[in-house]
Amino acid sequence: MRNPLKPLVDKFGLPRVIIVSFFLLLVVAAGGFQMNLMQLLSDCVRRWGMFGILALAMVPAVQCGIGLNFGISMGIVGGLLGGLIVIQLNVAQNPSLVAISPLLAAWVAVLLAILIGVVLAIGIGYLYGQLLNRVKGSEMTVTTYVGFSIIAFMNILWMLLPFSNGELIWPNAGKGLRNTISLAASFSGVMNNTLAFKIGALTVPTGLLLFFFLICFLIWLFMRSKTGIAMSAAGANPMFAKAAGINVNKMRLIGTTLSTVLAAVGILVYAQGFGFMQLYNGPMMMGFTSVAAVLIGGASPKRASITHVLIGTFLFQGILALGLPVANQFIPESNLSEVMRLIISNGIIIYALTQAKGGDSRE
Amino acid sequence: MNKKLRDVLFQNKVVILFIFLCVGATIASKQPLTFVIPELFTRIARNSFIVLALIIPVIAGMGLNFGIVIGAMAAQIAIFLTTYWGFTGIGGFMATVALATPISIFFGFLVGKLFNQMKGNEMIGGLVLGYFAEGIYQLIFLFIFGGVIALNNPTLMIATGVGVKNTIDLKDTVKYALDTVPMLTIIEIGFYLVLIGLVCSTIFKLAKKQTVDWKKTILSAAAALVVYGLTYIGPVEQFLAKDRLMLLSAIELGCLATVIWQALKFVRSKLSAGNAGALDAAVGAVRKPFNGKRALVNLGLAAVIYGLTYVPALYKVLIVVQLPVMTYLCIGALCCFNNILMKTRLGQNMRTVGQSRTVANAAGINVDKTRIIAMIFSTVLASWGQLIFLQNVGTLSTYGAHTQVGQFAIAALLVGGASVQKATNKQALLGIVLFHTLFIVSPLAGKELFGDPVIGEYFRVFVSYGVIAMALAMHAWKRPVKEKVETEKPDDGKKVEAA
Amino acid sequence: MENTNETYVLKMDNIAKEYSGNRVLKGVNLHIRPGEIHALMGENGAGKSTLMNILFGMPVIHSTGGYEGTIQVDGQDVVIDTPLKAMELGIGMVHQEFMLIPGFSVTENIKVGREISTPNLVSRIFGRSMESLDFEQMAKDAKKALKTIGLQIEEYVKVAGLPVGYMQFIEIARELDKTGIKILVFDEPTAVLTESEADRLLEAMRVISSHGIAIIFITHRLDEVMAVADGMTILRDGEFVARKEIKDTNVVEIAELMIGRKVEKLLDDDLPDNRVISEDEIAVSLRDYRVEMPGERVKGVDLDIRRGEIFGIGGLAGQGKLGIPNGIMGLYKATGHVKINGQELNLDKLGDALNHKVAFVSEDRRGVGLLLDESIEQNIVFSAMQTNDKFLKKIAWMKLYDAAAAKVHAEQMVKTLDIRCTGIRQAAGRLSGGNQQKVCLARALTLEPEVLFVSEPTRGIDIGAKKLVLEYLAKLNRETGMTVIIVSSELVELRSISDRIAIVSDGKLACILKPDDSDANFGLAMSGAWKGGEANA
Repeated sequence: MRNPLKPLVDKFGLPRVIIVSFFLLLVVAAGGFQMNLMQLLSDCVRRWGMFGILALAMVPAVQCGIGLNFGISMGIVGGLLGGLIVIQLNVAQNPSLVAISPLLAAWVAVLLAILIGVVLAIGIGYLYGQLLNRVKGSEMTVTTYVGFSIIAFMNILWMLLPFSNGELIWPNAGKGLRNTISLAASFSGVMNNTLAFKIGALTVPTGLLLFFFLICFLIWLFMRSKTGIAMSAAGANPMFAKAAGINVNKMRLIGTTLSTVLAAVGILVYAQGFGFMQLYNGPMMMGFTSVAAVLIGGASPKRASITHVLIGTFLFQGILALGLPVANQFIPESNLSEVMRLIISNGIIIYALTQAKGGDSRE
Repeated sequence: MNKKLRDVLFQNKVVILFIFLCVGATIASKQPLTFVIPELFTRIARNSFIVLALIIPVIAGMGLNFGIVIGAMAAQIAIFLTTYWGFTGIGGFMATVALATPISIFFGFLVGKLFNQMKGNEMIGGLVLGYFAEGIYQLIFLFIFGGVIALNNPTLMIATGVGVKNTIDLKDTVKYALDTVPMLTIIEIGFYLVLIGLVCSTIFKLAKKQTVDWKKTILSAAAALVVYGLTYIGPVEQFLAKDRLMLLSAIELGCLATVIWQALKFVRSKLSAGNAGALDAAVGAVRKPFNGKRALVNLGLAAVIYGLTYVPALYKVLIVVQLPVMTYLCIGALCCFNNILMKTRLGQNMRTVGQSRTVANAAGINVDKTRIIAMIFSTVLASWGQLIFLQNVGTLSTYGAHTQVGQFAIAALLVGGASVQKATNKQALLGIVLFHTLFIVSPLAGKELFGDPVIGEYFRVFVSYGVIAMALAMHAWKRPVKEKVETEKPDDGKKVEAA
Repeated sequence: MENTNETYVLKMDNIAKEYSGNRVLKGVNLHIRPGEIHALMGENGAGKSTLMNILFGMPVIHSTGGYEGTIQVDGQDVVIDTPLKAMELGIGMVHQEFMLIPGFSVTENIKVGREISTPNLVSRIFGRSMESLDFEQMAKDAKKALKTIGLQIEEYVKVAGLPVGYMQFIEIARELDKTGIKILVFDEPTAVLTESEADRLLEAMRVISSHGIAIIFITHRLDEVMAVADGMTILRDGEFVARKEIKDTNVVEIAELMIGRKVEKLLDDDLPDNRVISEDEIAVSLRDYRVEMPGERVKGVDLDIRRGEIFGIGGLAGQGKLGIPNGIMGLYKATGHVKINGQELNLDKLGDALNHKVAFVSEDRRGVGLLLDESIEQNIVFSAMQTNDKFLKKIAWMKLYDAAAAKVHAEQMVKTLDIRCTGIRQAAGRLSGGNQQKVCLARALTLEPEVLFVSEPTRGIDIGAKKLVLEYLAKLNRETGMTVIIVSSELVELRSISDRIAIVSDGKLACILKPDDSDANFGLAMSGAWKGGEANA
């Protein structure tokens, strides 16, 4: 009477087995309802590319030892500012660029936004890393609330910053920036549409995936470089790293900064795919989504790899993409999928916390 | 002396900062005190209970309990069900309490169990758990109610019959159920409670064949009877027939009570000096001697406060504010409960566990069980707190009423000067006053200063997050410094011991 | 045992204990008379703590199969299976680490877990945990206990502000306050105290024993034993060596009994030795060297280690010998002057020792020595890659991991050191202790050091692997002329391999001995009979 699932459960952890089974169930259900599976799959792939880099931001954070970085909103804010500046400057509408090709103009805009975002994120990430080096052992608790605080603080700034472009501010002389900023006139969908092709009903957003894989590759290279290896060691065993003459705090600083930078890049990639930039409380829970994604992929608060990101984001976003239409079959126009998202993402985080014994015990 | 003053200022820096913020924002908002103060007292009545529910977990070393959201959810489940069943008035409120209590005990037990699995990560765990519970809660209210369990009530349910409406009006059910209990009833109930208590304890002692202090028992009963009898005097009865107490009257009564209390103490100290001195010496007990200076200070203070009520500006404010007596009594009772609990065996165990789990273990205290009990207490109290809040507000926003509960309660507690390891009733109450003053005036101040109330609103949200972030960071920050003193080697020492 | 008619408050006979096949106690006897101060002595790992764990019925004993032998308290056979049972029998322990809560008052600390309470109405319904505390009665008890040991402090002050010396006394007061206490165990109580505090403690012990309470005194310090104890029991390697009355013995005899000559040959003599060691060529020179390593503090050591020798550093646990290499490697804050081959080392600069071709194999294999989740290959090449830029290839501006080179090297190391594994990709954490040690050694050697510190090279590994590791170290020394410094608690292994042995006691150098010096000399040096001076016995 041995349970044949037992070794599977032991290896991957119960929640992961449940999530994978749930994903498969959704696929079967979607098939059963005669939905267009190919179209759903394109949706999965699109979301995969959009969210992937945000989830990737967890890898350097976890590897350098600060744990799950709930505070990627720090980087997201940087990315959003980059996007805002580019729209303010009307880069995508720049006549000389548009003259060459509108697509090029959009690319220049998004890359410039990313560049500005990265520069800001380096500064923010450095300060953030300094803070985290002083609260060792309680990083997760602190990052969460510092992340919330920066969002709340930026809410005030979004009201006060002197942006003037009509795309950004409320019409009718309202005060402050809009809640949701349309990117239609700037870089909406620029990556998704580049080199996109269709196989039947399956749309492949080539540009988006290429960009995502490029970033993954760069991170992979970094993790194999001298610094990357030292960083991983510092995270895994600070005393070991110290014995090898490595400055652990510096490595944590590098990891935190890198994570913040990736978050800045990630939010812009997400925004271009979504077509909108969400300010104010929009990015508040993004950290939780990213954390949940890597955890679903098999990461722990101590170890995370690019494979975890790839698998986890696909599964998580896949469930969300499939869940919505399937749920609607049961109860039309319900937000069952939103409820599902809450339960899955927070459930997996709780599970991870119970597994990580003695994270920051106070004895 | 100068250094001492600086120390006091430094230790209370958060409180001082917020006092300045509140005063500044109030001035900037250009609102009269007759608007701010009544509003503030309404909010104190609504929110104090749930903030006070946070104290026990802090003492038990579990930090700020972000899991009180779950207690609030238990309360909302209960209030939904009693509304559906059609309970109203104070009876309906008591039924809701009776229903919410077992639900929250069960939830508290589960939360406690879970927290024992993630010792040291309770705070982040509680936060995530809150979101997780939110998912379950929505599942229940949106799909199970009406979907799985057939509920037929068009005023509560969404038109499709599946899922509960966004807002539930409590006006005809339990709105002001607790606030409107007349003082007369309170005294009456109190009288019967005292009698029952005396009888029970006497029977208990007789059954166990312990000696009964008949004189004391009879005296207490007589005192209760006298107080109860007073309510039959015409003017007194008239005064007590109301359910709200004017703040002015409350202050007057407070001053009077102080005077009577000091007088009683004085008489008692004289009596015991006279005839019980020998007895005291024999027992060896150190009865606190009557402190004449302190009594005078108290009396003086009472006199000054009473005198202040004659200042016209204050008088204007004082006659506007109407306190819901029963609600304030509940808050007072919870303060007493928190204090008394700490003087019991269980409370001492909680303190020990909170200070050091290792020592507690070595002393034979069941650490896990103590933590679970602390969690149950907190969750139950939070659910009661949420009920008090809802009966005062009068509408239940089904999917929104609980979301910010933990956030705001914790922020309030921290504003009052509490920290992750230490929190007292005083800090909680002071925090509520400051935090909610800021809450009332900041949108208005935002409008006056920036021409937009939204900025003020964002500011208060930022404050609530920021103060928590700061408290958590400061808590984590302090530790290495402390270790440095002990081992002169901050982080490394710990690692080696752990290894 | 010489006097069988005597009454004993505690008789433990033929106690034996096995941990997963490893016999750590082999028929030990411990007999204590009422009111006696009885010293329990032995090197680290002699079995003292296991014996005490048995006496206290600790879960660690009973979850690993219990023990053999009999225990009698007051002439009655007893089975102690829980700490609670031990407490009921009147056995108390004064811990080495203070089990005190700084934020509590002295009274609260003394009464922790045993508060006095009175019933009230609520407690009658909900049970005892709701009883209210009787602070007056508790304060009275606390005062009484404090008075017994002669400590002049008010019972209501908070422990936080008290000097360290007082804390030990509060611990003792707590034990005394327990009703019916008969036996009190002091586990190295003077380790954290200053000299005058230690004297006061010994005085308090005398007072307690005069109340008829027996004391088991675990210590390494011979002078304290001579000063205060009535009798003593010596353990060595889990075996019972002797029970002596203090008046019948002397320091030298005790020292000899503690060390004992163990017949265990760890190194074959057939290694050709054609080293030339000169007094002028100093590989490592320490001057006024201090290290702030918790539990292993070094308090000013002057030492010269000659190039090409195998130098042993010995001493009991907690005396500071481990601090010496850890400080040099920058793992803990160190001060003073360290010269490597004549060049001054910058102790504040992390990794400076590595740059001076010093390598280190840590005593804490799993904590410091290895990345447990990483592969053997990663573990072996890591330090050399970070310090010497080996196993890296440059592509554009990037320095990337050269997997091919690393693989070749790791495979070669696995072969040379005979690391038993499924392949170089196996996670280091899954290897046995001996093989893990070899991986650590391999990483140190990959650095191609001139000076090699090896800390506790044989801790927790089986005898076969032990021999192999030591032989390899000797071979390395003979063949490449590498200076090898071995820090170890095991005197036998130091004496079998080293040219000279420094004994560290109380953070200072006690003396430098030859491997063939007498057992008594080693015993005396280790037990703090010589302080920072030359041999005078």
